[in-house]
Amino acid sequence: MKKKLFARLGIGGCVVGAVAVAGLAQAPQQPAAPAPQQPSEIAVVISGDPGTPPRYAVPDFIALTPEAAEQAKTIGQVLFDDLNFEREFYMIPRDTYSSVPQARTADQIPFAAWRELGADAVVFGTVQKTGNMVKVEVRLYNVRSRQSVFAKEYSGTDGNLRLYAHTMSDEIHQQQRALRGVARTKLTFSSNRNREKLVGSVENRDVKEVYITDYDGAGQRRITTNRQLNITPVWAPDARSIAYTSYRRGYPDIFVALIYQGLQEEPTRGVGQNWLPMYSPDGTRICFTSNRDGNPELYIMNRDGSGVRRLTNHPAIDTTPTWSPTGTQVAFTSDRAGTPQIYVVGADGLNLRRLTTTESYADRPTWSPPPFNEIAYTGRSGPGYDVKVYDLASGQTHQVTFGEGSNESPAYSPNGRHLAFTSTRAGRVHIFTIGRDGRGAKQITREGDNYTPAWSN
Amino acid sequence: MRSVRMTSVAVLVLLSLAAAGCGKKQQPVLAPAPPPVAATPPGVAVPRPPAPPQRVEESLPIPQEPLPEDSIANRSLDDLNRNSPFQPVYFPLDSADLDDQGRMVASANAAILKRYPAWVLTLEGHCDERGTAEYNLALGERRAVAVKTYLVSLGIPQDRLRTVSYGKEFPFDPGHDEPAWSKNRRAHFVITAK
Repeated sequence: MKKKLFARLGIGGCVVGAVAVAGLAQAPQQPAAPAPQQPSEIAVVISGDPGTPPRYAVPDFIALTPEAAEQAKTIGQVLFDDLNFEREFYMIPRDTYSSVPQARTADQIPFAAWRELGADAVVFGTVQKTGNMVKVEVRLYNVRSRQSVFAKEYSGTDGNLRLYAHTMSDEIHQQQRALRGVARTKLTFSSNRNREKLVGSVENRDVKEVYITDYDGAGQRRITTNRQLNITPVWAPDARSIAYTSYRRGYPDIFVALIYQGLQEEPTRGVGQNWLPMYSPDGTRICFTSNRDGNPELYIMNRDGSGVRRLTNHPAIDTTPTWSPTGTQVAFTSDRAGTPQIYVVGADGLNLRRLTTTESYADRPTWSPPPFNEIAYTGRSGPGYDVKVYDLASGQTHQVTFGEGSNESPAYSPNGRHLAFTSTRAGRVHIFTIGRDGRGAKQITREGDNYTPAWSN
Repeated sequence: MRSVRMTSVAVLVLLSLAAAGCGKKQQPVLAPAPPPVAATPPGVAVPRPPAPPQRVEESLPIPQEPLPEDSIANRSLDDLNRNSPFQPVYFPLDSADLDDQGRMVASANAAILKRYPAWVLTLEGHCDERGTAEYNLALGERRAVAVKTYLVSLGIPQDRLRTVSYGKEFPFDPGHDEPAWSKNRRAHFVITAK
């Protein structure tokens, strides 16, 4: 199902022959790995005016069947928000589209009107609903050349319509900006929002359970149900399991929830107390804190709990590990110099060095994915904390938050362009996301208190 | 439920003591039979006592322990933990070191532990919200272990002392000021077996 298209590039004015592949995607519940690039596929990038980002318009999708009206609205809005999130495009506000007549078919797209609104690119999409099955078609048009540069068709159930929009957004970012979007990623965190009380204690204690949510805060779901303290969840790199610390046996131990199979693993069972697991980037190993030798030290084990070896050896506290993207180093928190500070050590236990020297208190280092080469952490500032970033090449530090509430527990998005963190700025403790430049803070949770977010691949 | 019954038993014992009069002190006094289980109101769950008093069939001497201690030993675990004979050990900010006050409290708690050698404790380490969530898990561990080490140095067998850190997950005072924080930086004593 290939379609030959001719598109005129905005600035250069040269004509390039392009083939847009309209892939018949599977049900996007399990988005398949992107197909290998065909040599014949030449993406056509829509440019904006010189020096400015391209200006995108995303009107509501067209409902081809009356019962799809709601779905068409949702997909348009979610796609707009997804494209807006990466700030690669200037998104023309949707409330200004009223001057543009709505097109029922692609032939009717009023390019002149979109051009007058200043759009460089416009999305045209349709939704068809039969029973609980939907078919969604989307095209991205270059408003100047009036050519489609991106065309896809998705079909599947209507169970999670937002996922169709998320998939489009990721594919448009990939095609137009060679950028790995995060619209299909999820966050995991722990929360006391269900207000259940801890069993077996005379104190008034709220349990915490592990939750997951889409990256934009939609679809928040509880993962654990054991009515104990369940904290510090992290995603396995394949985003199919979550390792976390649970007190279900009365003391902290590491559990792995295979969330799509409903299975539970206990890799550290029976040896000391263990907490704060962190997967290596390839998912084969877990670094964690344990008191098994008498005081909090870091250990590395294979994913299944075998091959445990000790990484740190110091009478002070060593905790809160994070892996380098290559899996060859671990950054962590130690108070061996008197206060909690960030250190780096080789995964072989050698070449230890201290990173933070100007902080009075630093914790929760989190190593950025490439192409960035930095470590975000929580640094004490005034009465609370702020999220700060240490650049490994220059040794310079910059702040991401600036004292709006207390801000803790940063975690990078898989493309390194965003951070999730907790903040008290909205009253209780909530999860926020923010650009790594400190712009665009967005509240993700709105119920209960929420802690220690981690971002999936 | 059970403690109420125990109290009534104790009262009965007292009464029978008084009834025995001042004259014949050496004569052992019959412990009254406990109220039968069937006497409890129907529909109320009765926790199964570990050592049912029904087993007392022969005359026994009145226990020599003074009554106030009886009232401690007879209380249920939950009851004990609700009004604990153990005081918590408080800590300074960012510290897991026992100060003089902390050592005093720990010593007093050690004395209670020696009086009740069957009791097993869990020492919970807690922190205030001014530390980070992650580091506090380790700091709370430190605090619990510091108290355990001190108690062991006072002769308490270490297999009677378990430790667990809750970091800043379970504050005792939800406030956001120093009076609240100082209450939340503590090693908290929980009786887990007796």
